[in-house]
Order: sequence, then structure tokens, then C-alpha cells
Amino acid sequence: MTLGDDGPIRFTLAKRQRKKKPKENKTRTVHANILYDNAKGEENPNRHYVNNKIKTTKYTLLSFLPKNLFEQFHRFANVYFVFIALLNFVPVVNAFQPELALAPVVFILSVTAIKDLWEDYRRHRSDKEINHMDCLVYSRLEKRYMEKYWKEVRVGDFIRLRCNEILPADVLLLSSSDPDRLCHIETATLDGETNLKQRQVVRSFYDLDCEFDPLKYNSIIECEKPNNDLNRFRGYIIHRSGRRDALSKDNLLLRGCTIRNTEEAVGIVIYAGHETKAMLNNNGPRYKRSKLERQMNVDVFWCVIILLVMCLFTAVGHGLWMFQYGDKRPVFDVLSPDGRDLSPIMSAIYLFLTMIIVFQVLIPISLFVSIEIVKICQVYFIHQDLDLYDEETDSHLQCRALNITEDLGQMQYIFSDKTGTLTENKMVFRRCTVAGVEYSHDANARRIAMYQEMDSEEEECMSHGGTLPRRDSVTSYQSAHPASCRNTQPSAAPWSVHLTVLLPSVVHSTINLLPVPQEKDVTPDPQLLDKVNECSSQMDFMRLHRQPMSQLTSDLADIIDFFIALTICNTVVVSSPNQPRHKVTAELSSSLNRSSNRGCSSLLSSPSADSTLTKLNEEQFSGSLEHTFSAVPPSYDGKTSSNLEEGELRYEAESPDEAALVYAARAYKCSLVERLPDQVTVELPHLGKLNFELLHTLGFDSTRKRMSVVVRHPLTDQITVYTKGADSVIMDLIKPPDTGKRKKKIVCRTQNYLNLYAADGLRTLCIARKVSDKEEYACWLQHHLQAETAIQGREELLFESALRLETNLHLLGATGIEDRLQDGVPETIASLRKAGLQIWVLTGDKQETAVNIAYACKLLDPEEEILTLNTTNAFHSNFAPVETYPFSSSHISPFSVHRLGLVIDGRTLAYALDKSLEDKFLAVARSCRSVLCCRSTPLQKSMVVKLVRNKLKVMTLAIGDGANDVSMIQVADVGVGISGQEGMQAVMASDFALPRFRYLQKLLLVHGHWCYSRLANMILYFFYKNAMFVSLIFWYQFYCGFSGSAMVDQWYLIFFNLMFSAFPQLITGTLDKDVSAETLQRLPQLYMSGQNSEEYKPYMFWMNMIDAFYQSLACFFIPYFAYADSDVDLFTWGTPITTIALLTILVQLGIETKTWTWVNWLSIAFSVALFFTVALCYNASCPTCYSPSNPYWTMQKLLQDPLFYLLCTITPIAALLPRYFYRACQGTLFPNPVRVGRQLDKLPADTRRNILGLSRVTVGIDISQRCISVTNVVSVETPDRLETFLCGLVLDLDQTASAGADGPSCLFPTFIFTRSRAWLGGRFAAGSQTFSCFY
Amino acid sequence: MVKEEEDSSNRPDNTAFTQQRLPAWQPILSAGIVIPGFVLIGLAFIGIGVGLFLTSRDIQVLEMDYTGADGSSPCSVCYNLADKNCVCTMSFSIDSLIKGPVFFYYGLTNYFQNQRRYGVSRDDKQLYGDTSNFASPNSECAPYQYISNVPIVPCGSVANSMFNDTFELFKNVNGQSLPVPLDGKGIAWWTDYNVKFQNPNVTPLINAFNGTVRPPFWSKNVYELDTTDASNNGFINQDFLVWMRRAALPDFRKLYRRITDGDYSAGLPAGNYSLKIHYNYPVNGFGGKKKVVFSNVSWMGGKNEFLGIAYLVIGSLCVVMSVVMLIVYAKFKFPEDN
Repeated sequence: MTLGDDGPIRFTLAKRQRKKKPKENKTRTVHANILYDNAKGEENPNRHYVNNKIKTTKYTLLSFLPKNLFEQFHRFANVYFVFIALLNFVPVVNAFQPELALAPVVFILSVTAIKDLWEDYRRHRSDKEINHMDCLVYSRLEKRYMEKYWKEVRVGDFIRLRCNEILPADVLLLSSSDPDRLCHIETATLDGETNLKQRQVVRSFYDLDCEFDPLKYNSIIECEKPNNDLNRFRGYIIHRSGRRDALSKDNLLLRGCTIRNTEEAVGIVIYAGHETKAMLNNNGPRYKRSKLERQMNVDVFWCVIILLVMCLFTAVGHGLWMFQYGDKRPVFDVLSPDGRDLSPIMSAIYLFLTMIIVFQVLIPISLFVSIEIVKICQVYFIHQDLDLYDEETDSHLQCRALNITEDLGQMQYIFSDKTGTLTENKMVFRRCTVAGVEYSHDANARRIAMYQEMDSEEEECMSHGGTLPRRDSVTSYQSAHPASCRNTQPSAAPWSVHLTVLLPSVVHSTINLLPVPQEKDVTPDPQLLDKVNECSSQMDFMRLHRQPMSQLTSDLADIIDFFIALTICNTVVVSSPNQPRHKVTAELSSSLNRSSNRGCSSLLSSPSADSTLTKLNEEQFSGSLEHTFSAVPPSYDGKTSSNLEEGELRYEAESPDEAALVYAARAYKCSLVERLPDQVTVELPHLGKLNFELLHTLGFDSTRKRMSVVVRHPLTDQITVYTKGADSVIMDLIKPPDTGKRKKKIVCRTQNYLNLYAADGLRTLCIARKVSDKEEYACWLQHHLQAETAIQGREELLFESALRLETNLHLLGATGIEDRLQDGVPETIASLRKAGLQIWVLTGDKQETAVNIAYACKLLDPEEEILTLNTTNAFHSNFAPVETYPFSSSHISPFSVHRLGLVIDGRTLAYALDKSLEDKFLAVARSCRSVLCCRSTPLQKSMVVKLVRNKLKVMTLAIGDGANDVSMIQVADVGVGISGQEGMQAVMASDFALPRFRYLQKLLLVHGHWCYSRLANMILYFFYKNAMFVSLIFWYQFYCGFSGSAMVDQWYLIFFNLMFSAFPQLITGTLDKDVSAETLQRLPQLYMSGQNSEEYKPYMFWMNMIDAFYQSLACFFIPYFAYADSDVDLFTWGTPITTIALLTILVQLGIETKTWTWVNWLSIAFSVALFFTVALCYNASCPTCYSPSNPYWTMQKLLQDPLFYLLCTITPIAALLPRYFYRACQGTLFPNPVRVGRQLDKLPADTRRNILGLSRVTVGIDISQRCISVTNVVSVETPDRLETFLCGLVLDLDQTASAGADGPSCLFPTFIFTRSRAWLGGRFAAGSQTFSCFY
Repeated sequence: MVKEEEDSSNRPDNTAFTQQRLPAWQPILSAGIVIPGFVLIGLAFIGIGVGLFLTSRDIQVLEMDYTGADGSSPCSVCYNLADKNCVCTMSFSIDSLIKGPVFFYYGLTNYFQNQRRYGVSRDDKQLYGDTSNFASPNSECAPYQYISNVPIVPCGSVANSMFNDTFELFKNVNGQSLPVPLDGKGIAWWTDYNVKFQNPNVTPLINAFNGTVRPPFWSKNVYELDTTDASNNGFINQDFLVWMRRAALPDFRKLYRRITDGDYSAGLPAGNYSLKIHYNYPVNGFGGKKKVVFSNVSWMGGKNEFLGIAYLVIGSLCVVMSVVMLIVYAKFKFPEDN
């Protein structure tokens, strides 16, 4: 046995290590608990590991108050308000009753605390539910598995899992009822993938024939510390004998997954509770600060300045007022409590502090809470929108970030991924080329075209009727009927199998009726089909006559190898809809010679060292076996096979293109029948079932961009490597065609076809083969095994090992797979672009494919000038079919005339993103209408986003669906994930998750716009409201000797913001719609108001302040003069002012409210009623309390006074007259686009539709009209060249901008609304011109 | 089927509320709506304004300054309060009947009863007749809380600074001075008299004030404010109640008496009158003025032409604005739609 040199742990050392702490920091050692059951707790080596009880709550009953308060005081505003409230307890400066002054702070803090508490309680409840789920744990005392709660599970426990059970912890699989020692799991809860994954019993327990007996287990597991990488698990199992076996992620069942298709499995808990990978991946919602909030904070700061100025002014005023009396103190001046005079200066200083308390309302204490409430409501409404609900996947939009809804209305740049985001990520096999001959699959293409037509027709009826989901019906069916697994135990009677078969097949056939091109529907090319038939019949013939396979012509050999490669070079799992998978396996594999292939290989890890090496040695001795037939004759078990033919096999793949290829191969009768960890069975025409012994699978990774399988070919018994990967990498690995022109020609032709496919927007893959001789393989295997058992740097070693194997390949052919555009993508892009959004597509795909998809989705326009920046080097020079223009100034001139599109590839992007060049790159890129970055790595994607965001100071949105988009999504201001087929990583990282790309339109144009305009208006209103109310008291200071006295009762002062005026603005902030959803979507230009922050510009804050000052002047001086020279007392005069201010503020809200629903009416009525009710109760409650105002019976008295009503009528109207007049004039004289939209909303529905119809751009997908326009490809070998080029381009753009009369406007989109009379006159017939964007 | 139930589980409710399709009224501030609205409001306001203005004009007011700061006034001898119990008499004549009921006010200017620390300086519990607060007045009353550790009742600045000029009105008929009966009842708020202010439940009242001292500025004890009417003493003395209700603005008047009785129930008839003033209250320290006011009232209170004018102005503004809008409207010719 080989021990890796870097293996840090020996079994013999294990005991000592338990004492050595530093060692334990690197790895975790897990012993079986049952060994220690009798011992005292402290002897159990697992005692340090957390148990399986989860607690996601933040607080306990005791810690809630201090902890929550501590958290809340992190917000500066809260500290400020507490400071003010405490200031009130200082007698010299107090303004209000100290207890009362605490009320708002306590209220705000407790609202937040209650919210936190409620959230925490919900978490607690769900925790409790989860903790009390049952599972079977082995008990030493009882010698059997006992039901236990999840929370009682500890690391080192043995757990028995049954079909459809959810895993309670991360469990190392030790035994499975499956004859192949497999366990199938569904990982949907972790990564959203619904296909079944195979997990494997740890190798050492593989050969156990009898049931696993926990009592006999005495191994020790060494593995890495808990981490959150779902796709990594490394460790050893060390047996008493000293033997070590590597553990990989294929042995680990993760918490949260569901056991499927496996009767029973036993495992040992490795990570429990919070240390499970699922829990470590579980992070809460993200906290971001929106642009609007940043802007608001600036104005809050201004409010503080205004407050200080007001306080200072009053303090100085008071000082002077005191000073004027000199030494003669008037009777109404009060000496300090000890009877001494206060100097004017001291009084002024004290007063300054008092005024801060009195004017505290100016800093809107409830603003932050209100914003949070409104945002939660907005999120609720976005969440509830039926238009954002996807029937097909039964999913709707998820808002994962709760506090950046308004950012959606301010986006300027969209960065989109291509695959899975713009396209369906449903792969359809379209064409292929084998050995240099192209098979165009015309019939297939015709059929798909037909489907597409039908698809669009059926679209509507599908979206209305409750249709069945198209995908994964079988798995879902099983989850709905957990019993189905039970019924199909091997011992069950045959008819019971049939019974369970029936129902799913019904489901299945219904699905097939749906006219959707699926991966499986491939019409074979007749020519190729003939060749396959010919080839396999020849092979059959040869096999019967015991001729060596090498006699086959190389063309035909390539064809059959091509299909074999398609069939086996993947990780596709076969399942039959009619039967649970293991049933098929059991019957088939019983006929196989198990002992010969047992213990050989796994999906991704390797066979155990001994067995393979021994086997290899054996084979080297028996060399005579070579080139003869060693295949097992196909054995048919009558019943099973008849079942198989009735029910189609289903292929479940991790990536959809793999499945597409397997389905394509099946169309050529070369079908994958079953996949086991160590062998793949393929059914070929004439030849029947062939078993390929699977030696290794070198999985796909994004660096290598290819995957390989190593098999023992059953017909030739050679070790064969089949590789499938991106053409760019495979072409580099092709063995230099030194022998014969023919090979060279094939490579050349294939390359041409590949370019052709790419031009058609197809995804291309190259298929290659390598026959390895035994010595070479043995040598490689040695290294590979070392790599696999290494615990440190295993990934890197495996990677290098893979590189060593994948060399000198023989090219078989290439495939073209179509990735269909999602519904509505061109329309969405067109309308987003009309909304003024710059759309950049960042994709990892090759340039030709990307450009074609870009044309198809109207990102690039045939009328555009396309600027292509490519770095040329040795590998790719033969690659660009388009003419290469050398950089020269003469070619720049046309740019100014046309709109520009920029296409840049990854290598060039790397240069362009260099510090020295990024500014120039940006300058060029922003003058282009669309930018397409191909072949970009995830890191580059995020760098591009970061660059644009930081340098251009714009709001960016990144949208993507795959793990490669995560970094981009995290960098952008708003990250959107497509909850599609590529797993959940993008969704987990995103702020919003959409089921489909086209929903982005409504999310941004409607909800974004609404959220932004609602919040912007609400914030402005808040500032206005507080300023208006506080200035009332400020004006009064001139009449009370600047003494800090307030005519507004302290109760009203404190509860005004909190209660009386709080609800209507929340309602308006939640429900107000400035323009209807329909108009917003039809007139995307309206979105620009958000981009330009038109609802909330800095000057608006000051306008609002000025208006607030005016209004407060009106509200103060009208009652002032009305009561001048009367015997009115302080609070009988102050209460009408309060009432008037409230009414004014509410009517102001009314002016700013655009849509009045009954909720608005109700809230305003409620506010007024609340004020009067509170006032009446308050004024009647206590004759001696509430010093100093003591407003007993004031309100009651006022209500009998006609003057009160007269004042309440005239003052609000006088106060609001200017604003109302301004709004009215604005509406008539200079209607902004949003206002025009509102006017459109008022028109009768059909008139509106006519007008909107005129201005709507006609967008349709017409793939046949795709054409590539004049393209400037600039080849830059070095960064210097790129720099020269970019410099020239920037210069040229500048010149154009300054020289031409229409220069700037043709490069930078400007939105011009004609303000002509004709248009105002409502000549909407000309709407198409006036509404459009002029570039 | 189970499947369909699962489908609908995630589906949002299709209600007007969740889909934000609540029926709504969308007012648009365009000329078509604004102009008629402005005209209507304007006309209504002008109407109210005219009514108010006319009502206010009917109110008769007689106002006399008796501060005596300028030296020409009969009360200038008392201005510096050199003489205790200074009395001065002002003569005036009324040309036409002031319709009754006539209200008799005294007025002070430049007097900041609304000063914050002044206003706080009182003890409501004490004034409610709570004897426990007699012994230990509210600390807010300081420095008028104790005089050498004897509690002041009523404590605090407001009470201490109580206005103590008194007036007697005579009608001069044929050289004879006939006293005009002044009604001192009901000049304070009903709730003040009956609820807010109460004497301690002790008879005789004087016993309740044992161990207390009167405010330093006072010349009389609180239980002997009104020597003529025993029930008008203590905290429920009407003048005291009127004073304790702090004025909103530095220039204010307070009701002193009403002239409703006897021959004067119809009002103050034309003729010569003399007002005898017991000048006690110092105002020279802060440059204030003292005055007396005789006035009748309308349904909307005392004479105040401002509100009527305000209604007229705002009403006219509305009309003017609607005209402006009309011009705009005419110039830009809005067809409603096409």
C-alpha cells in the first residue's frame, strides 16, 4: 500500500494526537460513539464536537434585552435620540417631562425589538421543529437502531436512513442496501439540482456481504475541519489493521438532502448541527445600503446643521433678551432655583441644550423605522406579483435583500450572463461532424422550427391552464408517494412492480404531449444512421469471427467511437420512469461477472490501490488477452428487458448539454443503459449490451474545460480515454498530425465546421479519444493514486494528473448543441435599453457563439458598427474568419456615423482591465451601445462590474444563473440570480432571484420605478413634515423671549411624528403608483426618471425646506393675527396651531399622492380622528397632571369655538396654495415624462392602447435575418498595441463629440421630450416621434 | 391531484390588493380640474370673509392706557410706585352706547407670561387643594418654593407675580359719580373654577394655610383675596384663576369684569365715566404698558378684522390664480383628448 508522503496522520499517532491540540486544529478525528458508550462522557473523543441540535436564534430570553439594545445602538440615530432623551433628565436644560421624552425612543426601540423578537421566535419554532424530527440511531445497549430526535444525534453515531428520509447531519456512508453499494440522494435543498446524485459506500466497507454491524466497526476517521464547501470533502478512514482509505465527497451524505431510490443506508455522523455543510452555507439576508439612503443621509446631516443653527440662533436671542433687562429682573423672569441670577451667557448655553430637545423632531426619529416598514411592504408586493410568478417551475421572485428595493429603480448598467440567463439552458442537439464529415440533421432542424412555432401559439393557453411541470415529474411523483419505494423491494411480487409503474407512466405520457423540444427528441440524420448501422454490423461480424477490431476502417471506427464517447463520457445517471432505478440494476448486474470488476473505480475517485494495481499486474502477465473479445455476451433477463423497452430510460445529468448528447446518441441506437461506479453499459445495434469497465472519471472543471473518462474497451480490451470539451482546448491537445494528410484534413475541416456551428449560435464540443498502452497507463495510475490519497493540495495534484493523461488525443468529431433563447429576451432587452439601461453581456462562451446569441436577442443590431477587440496569438490566428483590419486612423471615421457595438474577448479584456488602460477602455466602452465580453472568467466578470461601478459612478445590476456569476453578482449594486437549472449558488449570492430573465423588465421598470418613486417621495415628505412642524415652534421663540417655550403641548410635539401623521405616509409610501404598471412597461423611457434621480434631487430637499418654512409661517401667523389682542391663553392658542399643522401636512400628502385608494382615504381619516380622539381624551383625563401645559378641557372648549373652525379652513389652504399652484402649473405647462404617463393613464383604455401602440417598438425574433455587419476586428498582440488603439479611439470620439452638430447626441443617448404645443395639444398621433429616444 | 395542489401553493393570490390593482382615484392637477376648483374656493372664501369683516366691524372697543410712563397721564404719579396704595383716576366719555354685555379687560404689553421657566413655576397639585403639597411644594416652584424653610402657598412665579391693580368704574351723571356694578363671577373658565382649582376641604379656610406663607410679592393672603365675597377666596378666586391661565403672547389682555347688571345690562350708555385705579403693579422694570379695555363681543369673539381680511385675500388670490390658469389654458389650448 502506498502512503502519501504528505499524509500527516498515522493511525498509531492517533492517540497521542488527541492530546496535541494544534494538530486537532487542522483535522477532525471521529471515533464511533458506541465504543465509548460505557465510558464516562469525558473519555469520548467526540465530546468536543457540537451536537446536532441547531439553534439559529440570536437571542435567549435573558440575553434578548441587552443584546438587542446593543445591536440597535449600533445605529447612530438611536444613540442620538437616547442622548436627547437623557438630556431631558438634567433639570437645568429639560424641556419636557423626562418620562415623556423617553417615549419616542422607547417606542422606536421597542418596535424594532418586537420585530427582532418575532423573527427570532419564528426561527426558534422552526429550529424546534427540525430538532425534533426523528431518525434511527444505533444504540449499544439495545443492540439495535432506536428512534431519536435529530438534536440527540452526536458526531460518531451510527444512523440508519431509509428511502425518502432527510439526512439529519453530514453522514459518511458505510453501508447501503443497494447491491452496488450506492446511495442516491436528491440535493435540491442544497443546490436546487433535482437530478439524483450517487453516493458511494466507503471502499473498505464495500465488500461486506452481510449487513453492516456497528459493533464490529473500530476504525477511526480523520477528515478536514468543518467548512462550507459543498463540493469538497477530504479525509481518511484508518482501520485497526492500519490500512487507510481515502474519503471523498462521494462518500459523504450532506444534511438536508433526501435519500432516494435506496432502501436503506447506514452511516456515521461526521459533522453535526451547525458544523454541517448545509448550515455553514446558510447565511442570512444581506445588508446593503441603497443609493437613495446614502443621499438621504446627506440630507439628514443637513437637518442636523439646520437644527444647530436654529438652536444657536435661539440661544443668542435668549442671551440678548436677558441682557436687555440688565440688573432689573422683571417679575416674569425666573431666577435660578437657589435664588441667584443667571448670567445671560449661562442662560444662553443652557437654552442651547434645551432647544436641541425641543427641536429634536427635526431629525426624523421615525424615518428609519418607517423606511424599513415601507420596504418590507414593498418586498411583500413584489413577492406577490403574479406577473413575476413562473408557472412552469412554480417559483416566484425572491427578495433576499430587504432594503435595496428602490435601487431597482435607479439602475444604469446591466451586466448579464448569457447561458442560462438569456438562454434557456435547455440543450437541443442540432448538428454534428464526425471524422471531418458534417451531418446537418436537417430533419431535426425542421422539427425544432416547427416546435418553436407551436410553442409560441401554445404559450398563452399554457400559462393559464394549470399545466403539469415538464421536468422531473418522476422524482416529484416519488416524493409525493413515499411508499413507492417500499413497494419495489426486490422481494416484492412482480405485479406490485407493475402497479407502481402504471401511475408515473401516465404522468410521463402527458408530459410528452407537450410540444416542447426536449433534449430527448432528436431525429437522426439518415446518412449517419446508416453508417452507424453499417459499422456496428461489421463489428458484430468481426466479433463473431474473432477478428481484431483494428481491421475496421478508421472512418467507421471513428463513428462508433464518437457515439460511445457521447454515451459514456459524462456523469449522466440513468433512471427508468417505470421502475425505481435499483430494481433495474439488481436484475442486470446479477448476470454480470461481479468479481472481475468489483472494487475498481468510482465516479470521481479512484479504485482502492491494491485491487487495481494487482489487477493491472495480472493483466500484464496475461497479455494474450489483448485484441480479443472479452466482453460478456449480452444477457437478457426476459422480464426486465421487456419492461425496459416499454418505458423509456430517462437520463439525469448535472448539466443539460450532457443529457442532450446522451439522448442524441440514443437516437442513433447507441444508448446508455446503466451507469455504475465501476462500469457503464451501452447498448449498440447488432452488438447488444456492452459493458465498459470504468476506470476513472476526470471530472469537468472550468480551468481544463473538458472531462475525460478512462475505460477498458470491451471489444478491444484497450485502455481508452474519451475526452469531451471545449473546442479551443481540445484542438490544442490533438496529437500533431505527423502521419498522413488525412488526419490533418479532418482537423482542419472539423475546425471549419466548428466555426460554422458557432456562427449559428450553437454550443460546440469536441470529442476525442486516446488509446493508452498499459505501461503508460500504469505509470500514470501510480501518480494518480498518490494524488488521490493526498490530503493536502489534493485538487492541484489531481488537476496535474488529469493534464498528464489528456495529451495526444485523436479527434473524433464535434457536436453543435443549441441553447435556445428564453422567451421574451429580445423584447426585454429592447425595452430595458429604451429605458436607458446599458446592457453588457459577459459570458464565458466563445466569441462566435456569443456574438450570434447577441444578435438573436437584439443586443447587437445589424445596423451597428461592431468593434471587435481580439488578441491574436499563435493558436487563434487561423481562427478568425473575418478580415483583420490593422489599426489605422482611416478606419475610425465611420464610427461617428453609426452606433457602436463592442465585442471583446477574455484575453484582450485582461489587457484592457489593466490599471493603465482601464480608463481608455471605459471611455470607448461607454460610447458603445452594447458591449459583449466573451471568454471571460468569473474574476474578469466581477472586475468589469467593479470597474464600471467605481469609475463611472453608476448603479450596476448583475444578473446570472451559475456559479461563475457569483462574484459578479456580489460586486454589483444589485445582484440578481436566475433560479434556473444551474443550481442555487447564484441565487444564494443574489439580492433578488428571478425565475426568468424576462421578469427583469417588470421588476425594474415597474417595481423598481414604483419603489424608488414611493420612497423618494416619502423621504422628502418626511423632511418637509418635520421641518414644517419644528419651525412653528421656532417662530414662536420670537414671542416668548427665546425661552424655549412651546405653544404646542409636549404630548402633541412628541406624538405628532409617531402617531398622528405616521400612517398616511406609510400607506402612500407603500401603495402609491405614479404611473400604472401597464404604461410603465409600454413606455420604458419613464424609467429614466429614476436613473436621473428625478424624484429626489438635492435641490428638492431645499425646495421642500423652503416650502416647509413658508407653510409654517402661514400656520403660525394666521392664528397669531387672528388671536392678537385677545385674552387667549397659551395652549388654547397652541392647540389650533397643532391642528392646523396636522391638517396642512395631511393635505400636502394628499397633493403628493397620485393614486387614491380607499386605504389612503381611510388612513387620512384615521389620522385626523386619532388626533382629535387623543386630544379629547388627553384634555379630559387629568386636571392636575401634565405639567406645565395642563391642558385640561382645552380641546373641548376649542371645539365650541367657531373661530377654531374658521382657522382650520383657511390656514391649510393659504399654506398650500403656492405648492398647489406650482403643481398645477407643472402639470399643465411643463409636464415631465412621468406626468405624461399619468395623463395617459387617465385616458380610456382603448385610446391609451392606440397611443401606446404607436410608440411601441416592434420587436420580433427573426433568426433568418441575422447578419453580421461590417466588422472591425482589431488584433492586438500586446497591451501596447491595445493602448495605442484605445487612445486613438478615445481621441476620435472626442473629436466627433466636439465637431459634429449632432455628434454628441449620436453617441450618448439623450432623452428629449418635445415640449411643443402640438404635442401638449395631445396630438398623440405623433407620439411615435415624441416618445422615442433620440440618440 | 397532489401535483396541482403543490403548484398553487407558491402561486401568489390574485387579489386586487396583492396585485396592486385597487380601484383608485387619480387626480391630475391639470387646468381642467384646477380652475373650477380655485374659482369655487375663492368665491366661498370671499363670502365668508365679507361676513367676518362685517361682524368684526360691529364690535365696539374702548381702550385706554394708564401706565403713566409719559407723565401726561393721571397715573404718572404712581408710575414709580413711590407711594404704596397709590390711587389714580382716569376720566373718559363714551359717545354712543356700547352694546352689552360689555367686557372689561386689563391689558399688559411686553409681559412674557409665556416664558418657559416662568410657566413651569407652579404646583398644580397644590392648586388642586392637595394639602400635602402645602407642606412641601413642587420643586419647580423654586425660587418661590420656601421662604426660610416655610413653604409658600400658592408657590411659584406665576402666582407670585399675580396682577394686583384693582379698578372701580363710575358713571358721572350730573356731577355725581354713580358706581357701575362690575360682575366678577364667571370670568374664569368653568373647568378652572370647578375642577382644576380647588380649595382644601378645611373650614375655616384659613386653617389650611397654617404653617405656610404667602408669596413674597403679595400683600394679601390667598384666603383673603376678596373681602366682599367669602366664597371667592383661596385658589378659586376668579382673578387668581384668570391670572393663572397664562397668556399666549407678550401683549395680552385678561378679562377683569363683566358689565351686565342693573341699568347696564344693555351696555354702557353714552356719557362721562371715571375709572378709579388702585395702582399696585410695577411695569417700569420691563418697559411694559398697562391698559384697560371695554369691549363687547360677537359670536366669533372680540374685535379682530384680520380673519375677515385674510379670508378676502386668500379668496381673491384663488380667483386670481384661476384667471392665470385660464390664460395659460387659453394660450396652450387643451383639448381634453382626441
